[in-house]
Amino acid sequence: MIDPSPTLPRKPEVRFGQQLSRGGHWRRSALFSGPAVIWLALLLLVPLLIVTGISFLTRGEYGGIEWHFTFDSYKRLAGFGDLGFDALYPVILLRSLALGGATAALSLLAAAPLAFYIARVSDTMKNVALTLVVIPFWTNLLIRTYAWQIILSPESWVTQAVHGLGIGVAGEPLYPGTLAVLIGMVCDFLPFMVLPLYASVEKIDWSLAEAAADLGANRVQVFRHALLPQIIPGLVAGVILVFLPATGQFVIPDLLGGAKTAMLGNVIQQQFASSRDWPFGSAISFVALVLVMAGLWIYLRRGA
Amino acid sequence: MPVQSESLTSQTTPPIETAIEARGLVRQFGTVKALDNVSVTIRKGEFFSLLGPSGCGKTTLLRIIAGLDMPDAGTLIISGTDAEEIPAHKRPVNTVFQSYALFPHMSVWENVAFGLRMKKVPAAQITERVERSMALVQISELKARRPGQLSGGQKQRVALARALVNEPAVLLLDEPLGALDLKLRKQLQVELHHLQRRLGITFIYVTHDQEEALVMSDRIAVMNAGKIEQLDNAEEIYERPNTRFVAQFLGSCNLIEGAVTSVNGKNFSIRSTLGSLRVVLPPATPDTAIARARLKIDGKVTVAIRPEKIRLAKKDELAFENCFAAKIDDLVYSGAETQYRLRAGEHILSSVALNAKAGDTHFAIGKNVLCYLPESSLVLLDD
Amino acid sequence: MKRNSLALTLSATALYLFLYAPIAVVIVYSFNAARFGATWTGFTTKWYSTLLHNSLALHAAENTLWLGVFSTVISTVLGTLLGFGMSRYEFPGKEVFGKLLYVPVFVPDIVLAVSLLLFYSIIRSWLGLLELGLTTMILAHVTFQIPFVAIVVRARLVGLDPSLEEAARDLGANEWQAFRHVILPLILPGVMAGGMLAFTLSLDDFVVSFFTSGPGSTTLPILIYSSVKRGITPDINALSTLIILASVLATIVVAILQRIKTSTRNHIK
Repeated sequence: MIDPSPTLPRKPEVRFGQQLSRGGHWRRSALFSGPAVIWLALLLLVPLLIVTGISFLTRGEYGGIEWHFTFDSYKRLAGFGDLGFDALYPVILLRSLALGGATAALSLLAAAPLAFYIARVSDTMKNVALTLVVIPFWTNLLIRTYAWQIILSPESWVTQAVHGLGIGVAGEPLYPGTLAVLIGMVCDFLPFMVLPLYASVEKIDWSLAEAAADLGANRVQVFRHALLPQIIPGLVAGVILVFLPATGQFVIPDLLGGAKTAMLGNVIQQQFASSRDWPFGSAISFVALVLVMAGLWIYLRRGA
Repeated sequence: MPVQSESLTSQTTPPIETAIEARGLVRQFGTVKALDNVSVTIRKGEFFSLLGPSGCGKTTLLRIIAGLDMPDAGTLIISGTDAEEIPAHKRPVNTVFQSYALFPHMSVWENVAFGLRMKKVPAAQITERVERSMALVQISELKARRPGQLSGGQKQRVALARALVNEPAVLLLDEPLGALDLKLRKQLQVELHHLQRRLGITFIYVTHDQEEALVMSDRIAVMNAGKIEQLDNAEEIYERPNTRFVAQFLGSCNLIEGAVTSVNGKNFSIRSTLGSLRVVLPPATPDTAIARARLKIDGKVTVAIRPEKIRLAKKDELAFENCFAAKIDDLVYSGAETQYRLRAGEHILSSVALNAKAGDTHFAIGKNVLCYLPESSLVLLDD
Repeated sequence: MKRNSLALTLSATALYLFLYAPIAVVIVYSFNAARFGATWTGFTTKWYSTLLHNSLALHAAENTLWLGVFSTVISTVLGTLLGFGMSRYEFPGKEVFGKLLYVPVFVPDIVLAVSLLLFYSIIRSWLGLLELGLTTMILAHVTFQIPFVAIVVRARLVGLDPSLEEAARDLGANEWQAFRHVILPLILPGVMAGGMLAFTLSLDDFVVSFFTSGPGSTTLPILIYSSVKRGITPDINALSTLIILASVLATIVVAILQRIKTSTRNHIK
């Protein structure tokens, strides 16, 4: 579809997009961008501002909210509730970060061999190999997650084999548990790590590795000094793309974990479903939002 | 400036119809003035070139005429109508883009028919005009092809047919031959020239190639840093450059600075490091007014002379006015002509001599010669 | 190019098995005769016929489809216009907005879901509008779909020669005609890819739907979730198998379509 004629360098003084009179320019800009901008302002920005606002209000007696400004929700989140220090929520916050981090680390370990493998197969096989990574990515997360309930159930042969090998805590089921959550997360988010990592691996200049080896570097040194710097962009993108959604996950810990594996997402859901504590749920949401914005900032800065 | 020269000279002849008139156009991009108060009148049916280095503002001027850019100030009149309120798609002008900008998802035929379709021309008429336009540039057999299947020269022809089919009052060409190889470029130069003569449509041709401009144009506007430095026909531009920039942008030129020693009706003399020089006065036009105004005794002036105008003679030949002793520093023989580098006092002059006869003796390096700067070949510059 | 070592091939195979284990298990168990539990008791296709008579599932499938179609159409139109508008025209704060566009891509589903839940309940208490149901779900889905479409379309526009649009204008096309006859056909693959992505996101979404749905607007993911919470019934495995099949087919079709496009491009070159 793209015209393959030689592309000519554009003159510095000719800038596209300024060809209209000022009035016409704004009018057309509003015509094209306006509807979506208004939509997102109304249904994304305003709701997120409402969440931020409500997080500073007080819970009403029967759910709902009272117009009373307070930092109570944040204090409670930090562990300083009405009844003195309670580590419950700080632990959940840390657990979310830890599980997100562990998911990113394990995904990276798993994605690396896969990315190198795909980069080295023949071109026709490459398409197949990539499509095979993409198919689970397009398949419903809920389905892929509940399947692990079956695989990790006490009567399954996987569980029996694992117990037979003496892995895991004797007497404690694999599911529900932290290990099940972690397995589900890695399985679900692996494609997010493989794709950007593969994109970097594909572009590796192998002559640098050969040069390093030629200059006497051992295998570890070759990887550390000649290959790793080349795949850092894909690596950072992959880690962020896995870490952020993993940390904010609700479905996976909900289906594969129990009370001991509750994460931020589960607490938010609780506050809006059973506890009806909107301000507290909003406060946790706000913290999650800030976390995401920080990750996003890193992601976009890396891109720039 | 040049605008007024038109009105002065055209008083006796019947009024020349104007295709485009620009008055005081200004276009600024950030701190860069792409157009700095440009005024120009383009006549109906002429081949007009905008010549200058990249970044001089020539493409900006073309885009403003096309309606693809808006001036920050100034007036643009197309065929007698103020164009400010006319959007690009309603202007009676069409453009041949530098990158051709052929629509890759359409066949050659559809590309050429696009303009007529947009204007809702009846289908039968579209077919007829498209066929005619494609025949005009000899691409009839390519009509089913996609732009991706064409060579550079073929694309150029399609772009031309696509613009011409709309029968524009003015055709704008933005370095249309820039991406082609030299041989094809020469061939298309000739074709474009003939096409313009045959159709009688006003062509405005943007180029940075001075030879291209000289070969094809009725008139040339030499642009530099957002200003028109000189506007005239090819011969005048080349033979009588007004400014240092024009003199040096078109071919090479020797510049000699000096102080005026005497002025009379038809000529003046200057004292330069080369020696005393007599120079024929330029004809009195507003273009040369600035330079003439500086012709006061002891006023500093610069005069220019093209290398091929300098004549060389053996040292023992008779010396007369505007003759100076020089030494051959270097020479380059290139078949038809020989280029010399001369040292005359502290001056370095370049000179070109045509090897008109077989065995023409060219002067050897290190030899002392006499160089003659004909008084009518010396040109007084503005600065 | 380097060849794959045996160790690398083996670990890649193991990882593919890991990726496909849950999918395989769901498909296999949809043919398991056992009503309860994970024990294999024999092959059967009866769960598929049970599914055909499960009015809840059929209704949920209908809701899912409508939700997907409506939200995709709206978000593809708005996202394409936005992608084009942002690449061509200026507006105040465009740069910041371009970055904020990534927020819905990264923000946890649950945060987006509860923010919309709160927004809807405030609007409801003030204006009496926006009762939870298919409408609120469509509004919610479009919100997270727009950025994906806009980002995909904008990426396609970046590779487009801007003088093509100028040429169209120069030849007599007004702004809209230039968009309709030149820009749109050229970015259509990007628009379709964006639309496919938006549709898949809608079909897959559980969390946002769960919080913004009302009585009667249950979708397949919500149905699956509640079944899973109550204890998986075998016909849910059958349902999931069909969904998986649809996703696999869609992915392969998209992959093949892209291949065809690339090969014609190479041919032209």
